Amino acid sequence: MAYGALGVLGELLITAGVLVLAFLVWQLWWTDVEGNRAQAEVVRELPRVEVPTPAPSAPGGPLVASPRRDDPPVMAEVPHATTFATIQVPRWDGEPERPVSEGVDRATVLDVLGVGHYPGTAMPGGVGNLALAAHRTTFAKPFNRIAELREGDALVVRTATVDGGPGSDTWYVYRVTSWQVVRPSQTEVIAPVPDRPGESPTERFITLTTCHPMFSARERYVVHGVLDYWAPVADGTPAELLGDA
Amino acid sequence: MYAWLWRHLPGPAAVRVLVLAVLAVAVLAACFVWVFPAVAPYMPFNDTTVGE
Repeated sequence: MAYGALGVLGELLITAGVLVLAFLVWQLWWTDVEGNRAQAEVVRELPRVEVPTPAPSAPGGPLVASPRRDDPPVMAEVPHATTFATIQVPRWDGEPERPVSEGVDRATVLDVLGVGHYPGTAMPGGVGNLALAAHRTTFAKPFNRIAELREGDALVVRTATVDGGPGSDTWYVYRVTSWQVVRPSQTEVIAPVPDRPGESPTERFITLTTCHPMFSARERYVVHGVLDYWAPVADGTPAELLGDA
Repeated sequence: MYAWLWRHLPGPAAVRVLVLAVLAVAVLAACFVWVFPAVAPYMPFNDTTVGE
């Protein structure tokens, strides 16, 4: 009898504890498993031209795209949740190529498609600020290793075919210039000229935003960069991705 | 609660343990597929964007 109500309460509390643990397992591990699988599938299915590879016997190894520093082609903005590019970061050795899709809401883009593009910011290669967001923990955590980035590191964006217009199937190689930790309300970091809202841009910036500290929504970790060069995918692979730059 | 459940399950102990194990797995699977994805957006972490 002494067991009675107190015993049931105890059992309920233990059950709740087990469920909380199960939630942690789901959030910290299972969303990565599912996310990595889903994002790899998105990249695999993405319509785009193949990178040319010379015959295995060809001297000189893979074809290196020669950098172009004239005005790059820029694609038009795409509809919400459309995947239009991928991003690769040589510094994050071992990380897979991640899809980049339009929009930054969690339910339709960040939780399921990896990296999101802030609507209204520049498209790859465009004058202004190519602003991207992604999870730093959970849901495949595309920007997990953002704090490892150093000045001069390459951020390689490769656009897909999308509508086949200007700016499709192009490499854009950006270089990291700076990083900062800001409050979530500081939208000036994704302004066309980062940190200078209202100014008209003349340069081609890139900005990555993610959460900071890890497992918290208190602040944002922000990395800025600027376009170094571009090249058509049909010309070869950027040297940065071949490990010799 | 669990004692009540145990008393009302049929069969020998081995069968009861098996039934309970299957039940536990079913509850966990339902959580992974429906409950946790529905709760996750309300958790106070994981926001990665600036603005709003």
